[in-house]
This record gives sequence, C-alpha cells and structure tokens, in this order.
Amino acid sequence: MASHLPPKPIPQHSTATAGGMAEAGHARPRGLMRWLLTTNHKEIGSLYLIFSLTMFFIGGIFALVVRAELFQPGLQLVQPEFFNQMTTMHGLIMVFGAIMPAFVGLANWMVPLQIGAPDMALPRLNNFSFWLLPVAFTLLLSTLLMPGGGPNFGWTFYAPLSTTYAPPSTTFFILSLHIAGISSILGAINIIATILNLRAPGMRMMDMPLFVWTWLITAFLLIAVMPVLAGVITMMLMDINFGTSFFNAAGGGDPVLFQHLFWFFGHPEVYIMILPAFGIVSAIIPTFSRKRLFGYASMVYATAAIALLSFLVWAHHMFVVGLPLVAELFFMYTTMLIAVPTGVKIFNWVATMFRGSISFEPPMLFALAFVVQFTVGGFSGLMLAISPADFQYHDTYFVVAHFHYVLVPGALFAILAGAYYWLPKWTGHYPNVRLSQWHFWLSVIGVNLTFFPMHFSGLAGMPRRIPDYALQFADFNLASSLGAFLFGVSQLLFVLVIIKCIRGGEKASAKAWEGAEDLEWSVPSPAPLHTFETPPEFHPDRH
Amino acid sequence: MRTLLVWLVGGLTSAALIPVALANGWNMPVGVTAVSRDIYSLHMIIFWICVIIGVIVFGAMFYSLFRYRHSRGAKAATFHEHTSVEVIWTAIPLLILVGMAVPATATLKNMYDVSEADLDIMVTGQQWRWRYEYLGEEVAFTSNLGTPREQISGADEKGEHYLLEVDEPLVLPVGQKVRLLLTSDDVIHSWWVPDLAVKQDAIPGFVNENWVRIEEPGIYRGQCAELCGKDHAFMPVVVEAVEQERFDEWLAERKKAAAQEAAGVDREWGMDELMERGEQVYGSVCAACHQPDGQGNPPAFPALAGNQPMLDDRDWHIDRVVNGVSGAAMPAFRSTLNPVEIAAVLTYERNAWGNESGDRVQPSEIAERLADQGE
Amino acid sequence: MSSQDEQATNREGVRRTVTRTLVVLAGMFAFAFALVPLYDVFCDVTGLNGKTSNSAQVLVHEEADTSRMVTVQFITRASAGLPWELDVRTRQLRVHPGQSNEVFFTFRNRGGEASRARAVPSVSPSEASVHLRKLTCFCFQEQRLEGGERLEAPLVFQLTRDLPSDIKTVTLVYTLYPVKPAQAAVSPRGPIKEGDSA
Repeated sequence: MASHLPPKPIPQHSTATAGGMAEAGHARPRGLMRWLLTTNHKEIGSLYLIFSLTMFFIGGIFALVVRAELFQPGLQLVQPEFFNQMTTMHGLIMVFGAIMPAFVGLANWMVPLQIGAPDMALPRLNNFSFWLLPVAFTLLLSTLLMPGGGPNFGWTFYAPLSTTYAPPSTTFFILSLHIAGISSILGAINIIATILNLRAPGMRMMDMPLFVWTWLITAFLLIAVMPVLAGVITMMLMDINFGTSFFNAAGGGDPVLFQHLFWFFGHPEVYIMILPAFGIVSAIIPTFSRKRLFGYASMVYATAAIALLSFLVWAHHMFVVGLPLVAELFFMYTTMLIAVPTGVKIFNWVATMFRGSISFEPPMLFALAFVVQFTVGGFSGLMLAISPADFQYHDTYFVVAHFHYVLVPGALFAILAGAYYWLPKWTGHYPNVRLSQWHFWLSVIGVNLTFFPMHFSGLAGMPRRIPDYALQFADFNLASSLGAFLFGVSQLLFVLVIIKCIRGGEKASAKAWEGAEDLEWSVPSPAPLHTFETPPEFHPDRH
Repeated sequence: MRTLLVWLVGGLTSAALIPVALANGWNMPVGVTAVSRDIYSLHMIIFWICVIIGVIVFGAMFYSLFRYRHSRGAKAATFHEHTSVEVIWTAIPLLILVGMAVPATATLKNMYDVSEADLDIMVTGQQWRWRYEYLGEEVAFTSNLGTPREQISGADEKGEHYLLEVDEPLVLPVGQKVRLLLTSDDVIHSWWVPDLAVKQDAIPGFVNENWVRIEEPGIYRGQCAELCGKDHAFMPVVVEAVEQERFDEWLAERKKAAAQEAAGVDREWGMDELMERGEQVYGSVCAACHQPDGQGNPPAFPALAGNQPMLDDRDWHIDRVVNGVSGAAMPAFRSTLNPVEIAAVLTYERNAWGNESGDRVQPSEIAERLADQGE
Repeated sequence: MSSQDEQATNREGVRRTVTRTLVVLAGMFAFAFALVPLYDVFCDVTGLNGKTSNSAQVLVHEEADTSRMVTVQFITRASAGLPWELDVRTRQLRVHPGQSNEVFFTFRNRGGEASRARAVPSVSPSEASVHLRKLTCFCFQEQRLEGGERLEAPLVFQLTRDLPSDIKTVTLVYTLYPVKPAQAAVSPRGPIKEGDSA
C-alpha cells in the first residue's frame, strides 16, 4: 500500500485526542453530555469498545456461573431453571453484546482512518445506533429480575420452548433483540455508506485494506439477515401475544419452520462474527512479517465466497430434525464447500509468513494463536459437516467445543489482537509488553484448558445445555471449569493493560509498528480527534 | 526464541494428547449396530484427514516462524502472489472433500432406509420423560429418571449410572429391524443413544422416523439431546436389548401385569394403600416439577401443598390430572397412567403435606370418567 | 476537483447508498414473512415436513397397482388440556397404490361441556405426503362436540401410483389439539372452518 508515503503531519483543528480524555478545542459539551452527544467516529468507536468490554465481563460472569455449577456432578450452586437462564444470557450477551459491538467499535475507529475519510458518512446516525445498545441490553438483563425469570430457552430460542412454554419476560427479550438488531442494521448502513463513498481519492476497491473489505462484506450480510431475525422474533411475538400459529402445530404451524428461519439468519450471523476477524489478522500478520499479504485478491474473493455460501448452508444446524435425504445431502455438500475458501485464507496467512521477517509483538502473538486455534475450530467444523457423523455430534459438547474454538480463540483473540495492534494509535502509548505477554499466555492456556476437553466430553456422549451430568464426564468438566476460571481472571490483566496504556507508557510514533503500511499509520499517535479533513493523497502501488 | 520453544512444547503436548485420548477411549463409541460402526469409521477418516492437514499447515507455519525470525536478521522477501500455487491449494481440498462425500453419502442413504421393519415403536417425548408404545402389541409405558433426587442434591452418594438410569427401560429384541416413530407432547426433545447412533428430534405435531438393528444384547444408555426446559438433563434413555425369546417373554409379562392392574380398578381401595401407591407415583412423575414437598415452583409449577382452590374443587383437580393443561408442562395423564395410579396420586395430593381433605379418589371413579359416556 | 465539490458528490453518493440499503432492508424483512407461505408451498411440493394438504383433493383416476402392497398405519393422539379421545377402528391397512380407501375415526368428548378441537395430521416418511391424496378428511375442519358426544368421521384417501417403490410403510398420525376461539380467528395459515361435525 502507500508505503513510500512519508508519514506527514495532518492539518489539525484540535489537539484533543479521541482515546484520551483531553479537552477539546471547540466549544463542545463536556463530561457526560460530550459522550452522549458525540458524533465523532473515534469517540463513538471508543464507546462501542468500552460497552463491548463491559458486556464481555457480564457474559463472562454468566459463563463462570455455568462452569462453577458444572465443576462436579450433582446440583450444587444453582437450580436448573437459573442455569438455563445463565446459558441463554451468556450466549445472547456474548454474541449480540460483546463480539458484534466490538467489531463495530473497531470499524468505527479504523475504517475512516484506513480509507482516509474524515469521519463516518452518517455521524448522527452513528451516535444513535450506539446508544440503542445500552438500552437494549439493560432491558435484556432486567428480564432476569422479572417473575418467572429471563429467557431460558438457549440463545437459539427454538419454538415452542420460546413461545408457548416461555416465561412471561419473553416479550421483553424480543423487544431488546429488536432494538439491538436495529442498532446493528444502522451501524451496517453507515459502514457501507462510508466505505463506498468516502474513500481517499485514488483508492479503488481493490486497494482497500482487508479489514475494510471484510467489514464491507459483513455489513452486507447484516443488511441481508438482521431483517430476517426481526421477522422471526416478530412472528414469535405474534404467536405469544396475538394468538397466531406460525410455530405452533396445534394451530397448523410448524416448529421446524422456526429453525429454518432462525438459521437462515443464524448461519450468516456466525460469519458476521468471524469475517472482520479475518480482516484484522490479515492486517497484523503482514505487519509483523514485514512482508505484503500473500494473495490479496484471493483473500477478497474467498471472503465473498464464504459470505455467499453462508446463505446456502443453514440446515446443517438441523441434520437431526428429520430433513428429507436430498436436503440432508445438499446441505452436507454446501457446508463442506466452505472449507475451500476458508482453507485459502489460512494458506495465504502461512504464505505471508513464509520468507518474511517475523517478530513477536503482542498483536502478532494473538494473531498467530488465532490462526492455529481458529483452524482447530475449522477442523471440527468440517467433521460436523459430515451429516451421518453429525447424528452423533449434534447437540453435544463437541459442538460447544467447535463454536467456542471459532468464537473465543478465534473471533475474540482477533479482537484482542486488533486492540493491541491499534492501542498505540488510540492512546499514543505502547501497551506494557510484559503484562501483555502474561495476558496472552494465560489466555491461551485458559482457553485451551476450557474448550479442548469439551471435544472429548462431547464424543463421550455429553449433551449440551445440561446443569448436571453422568459421572464419566466428570474429569473433562473439572478441567473445563478450571480453565474457564483461569481464562476469566486473566482477562482482568487486559483491563489493566488498557488502563496503563491510556495513562502512559512508551510513546508511539505515527507509524507505531515498523512493518505497518495502511493509511492509519500516517496520522499521529494518538490520533487527533479530527483526521483527514483534507483527503490524503493515495498512490496505490499494488497494481 | 523462548516464545517459540513454548509454542513447540505446547504443540507437542496437544499432539501427544491424541494417542492418550484414543487409548483411553475418549472417543465416539463404536456402538453395536452396522450404522454406528459406519459413522465411527467416517468420524475417524475425517479426523485423520484433519490431523494430516493440520500437521502440514502448522508445520509450514512454525517452520516459517522459526526460520524467518526478525531477531535472527531475516530479510523479508517481496513476493505476494503466485497464481498456480493458489489454484493448487484451492483444488486439493476440493478433491479431498469429494473423496469424503462419497462414503458419507452411502452411509446416509442407508440410515434413511426405514423400510421393512420387524417392530414399530412410537416414542413420545414429554417434559421430562419418554413414553414408549409397542405398536400393534397393546403395550405402552412411561420411562422416568431412575436416579433418586437425594443423589442429585448430594445428600446421597451417586450411583454408577447416575442420571443414566430409568425406572423402565425400552426393551428391544436383538437382530430385528426396529422402526422408531418419534413425536412430542410439548416442546422439541431429541432421542439419543450413542451406542445405537440414533439421534432424532421429537417434534410436537409431527412424526419423525429412524431405525435401529441392535447386534448385541446389552444395556445402552443415552439422554435427551435437545434443550427442553428445566429438567432437560434428567430425561435419560435406556435401551435393554435382549434375545428374541426373552423379548417375547417380556412382552407377555407386560400384558399380564396390565391385565392384573386393570382388575384392581373395580374394588374399593383403602386410604393407606392409596396413599402408599400415590406417594410412589408422585415421586416418579410429579415431584420433578411440583417438588417432593408439594411446594411447586411458581409461576410455572403451582404449589399443591395448601392449594385451597384445588382442595375445594375436587372435580377440577381430577380434570387437570386426567386431561392436562394445554400449552403448559402439565400433560394429560390419562394416556400415561392407569386409573389406579391416577386415583392414588390424586388421593395422595389431597392428603399429603398438611392437605387434609380426607378425600379418597377411587380407581373405579377414574375408570368411569374415562369410560365412554356416550355409550 | 475542489474539496467542496467533492463533499457534495460524497453527500449525493451517501444518500444513494442509504436509499439502496433501506430498500434491501425492507425487502429482506418482507422476505422473512414471505418465507412462511413459501415454506408451505415448498413443503407441499416436496413433502419436506410430512404435512398433508389442508383441503380435499380429487381422486386421481388410475388403475390400482396390484403388483405391490403398501402398509398404511394410523396412529391417534390427543394433546393435553382437552378431555377428548380420538380412536381409529382400523389400525393398519394393506393397500395397493392407486386404490381409494376408507377408514373410520371416532371422536369422543369425555368432558361435561361442549368444546372444539382439530386433528392435525403428519405423515412419515415425509416423502410420502405428496403421494397421499385425501378426498375426505375430518382434519380439514375443526370439530365441535357436546359434553359426552361421540362422532364417527371417515377418512377417504388414495396413495398414488407414483409413490416411490422403496416406501413400504406409510404412517399417518393425527394429533388432536384444543381450539381456542382467538386462535381460529387470526391464524396466519388461512381460515380454519368451523366444523359442522360431520
């Protein structure tokens, strides 16, 4: 990319930094009102990131309640009713409250910086879509205190458990999901509008950094499937409150229809949570290999292929609901096909490292762990695609192991990698190396101790979503619980790293990493509140 | 360097886990049917394919990390694409997948061939128990969790088959093709026995089918695999596979026992025997929701102890137990309990935990209620 | 291009992008609801979920295929919350494809009061549902029975000759569900006709 461009000073209107708390030069609202009314992409990005970190800890506490109960056989700490609420809330909060907003936060911060735009295309909408989130999740969390408890039917909320047999709070659950969905949709519109219209003059689509590309494709996925989710939960709402029978066999409906609709949304949703991760890793690996990304074009095509295939594989979540043979075969084949573009990505990352000049700064550590562990998740995904074998794997801890490998040491590690990578840009300081390394190694050990044994408990026959289990699963669960607590506690180190990094630390220059080449490294560190008010010159050297 | 060593040690340790796991049987069971063996071999083939790809990819990656370290003064090359290499590593996985799809398709076709079964069993999921009907044999019963509540709460030591034991297992003959028809009375359940490689959702209002031909006599244990509410963890499946001869005997015994129970309907039952029988029935089918002490778990599961409306309206109480409640976890027990059991449990509920109605509900009364009023 | 011109073009571009994405959004939301009838049509054509037609079909005039026999099983179930029973006189029938057959079902309301119910059919294997033609069925409408009333209702059906030859047994399950007044009024699945119980 623009490697030959010297980092040049950018005309600034203000000396305020977005990441820090320094005063703005303009007459701007201060204190709480500043954050409530801000339309600045960097401030909104920070809000998203802080929000998702908060949700990550809340969802994490729920996970630890689950793991504490599963520490040994028998019911010790919580009753099954509450256990089910914890598994459900853990899933909902992590998916909709932690992972997705974290990616939106990173997009807010980095997409304008990477394409040389002064801000997002629709700044006020940006503010609105963020502030919908705290409303949605306060509402969702408050259902735990309502009579009958919160949602207890799993994050996939299969009807009729989530309709006819659901607790009274379900209406509020639906409302909160609607609000979170609207927030995602508005965020996606904004990102698409920004990427398509505000690129620096001279930057063609095929010049965009991969993080921008993956986010563009993710945003299209969001636009395509969030309305379907909205449709499904509206149907649930009508079944619950207005006597319709979309999913109720008694009135001529079909519970399996719910699953088709849900997974038509749900499978693309899974890729929404991983595509931006691919983008982050595709930025970090070249930087610390000091070598250009191998196969840029094939990376873009692979991402698009994965996104398109994601609309054709949904029923692989439903191999045991009694699909006809033809459907079973079709969805098995399409699912297996996904391994091809995913494989291309992994091969390209390895080829980028091959004959590079590699160093192991904290972002690179997390990115490397992502590649290895995400691939492990990919392997178990390939196994799950084999429909006959899925009759044994389905709804067991093998599946739990699979999607946690993709989402925790996968998506989450990519987010952490991205945070370590861009913290110097946000705060002007490098994160403390020693602490970062502790955070990394404890996370890697914790995460594998938690999720690796789940492969075995699943194969041995342990169903998912159970608060108590037979004695032969005890050792695996003991290990998983110990790992979960180790992983959970070590995330506190991450908070410590961030706080220390905001307060001080080794100063970072504009180009904080030797091998970094995208446009964001041409603005000073910390990035001033306003950047690229005059579009930068962009000279593609790729083609 | 130190970092790389840690990576290497970590990688080798996890690689070493694989033989350990396989040696300890931390794996999918091979099972006792032709289908389960086919599935097991598919599972192992795809697993080893993944291991080989993993070794190659991670090998290349760690080699690069080790060989091209910046600290060792490595200079980065400048290549960044290579069309033929990219085509090759798109094509090779595709070929592997085709190779994998062929045996998987064959196995799946076999699994879907439910024709020409020797025996049909209707399996109905109910929050939180399984009901089995031997179609055409007039034998039907409910299979409840056999593990005592004390073991779950930790008051008693846990038994060998903790949570994987039932009061009445599904008895099947070996060597026969048994067709399973699955449905549900309330939410979606999933009937799963790993050794038989059968997992099929039981969906309210719809019927699914699957089949099994067990090759070895034995007891095979499984569980409900689809989240179905509070006691999802507590509705195991136990299948007892026996020789055909033994199966026929068992079937005859079941029919005889049912006839004896039916004969008990006509006589007048005393309070003590009703209470004794009622406590037993309550413990196996009611206590999970309404709690052993009758306190229930409102709002989903109302308390029975001290429930004055229930005690006042005897007829309403009988109706609820006999016909159940639509759209709630309360099933219609007319189809799962016989008149003696219904009468006993009603009597028990009306006289236990300080409920002092003094009422007795006679089996004959229930039988009459169930008998056709129109004829 | 001056910076201001550029901003104007940008604004125009943003507006266009937003309009387009909003159109897609509205389309996808509508599509989600369109999937419900589409799914029904798809199921009708392929027999995906083992549901059968909701209204009477006409007999396909074809000669019975006497070269093979198919076993048709009938299973009846009544759900909770309804003091009704549904029984079938013939539990199992051996038929030739192409033949039309009649089976009688008995409804009984064992409760003291009048109530309404509907028998919901499901066919297994689901592939067979496309080949099962129901000429008369009590399942097309709901039934209303007085307390203690009893009703015999026929099912006339035909298995068409194009039934795949590997299907040797067809199981037809009827589950009786209570009908609540509100449910019948706004069912998204088309009106459920008030039955005259015959």
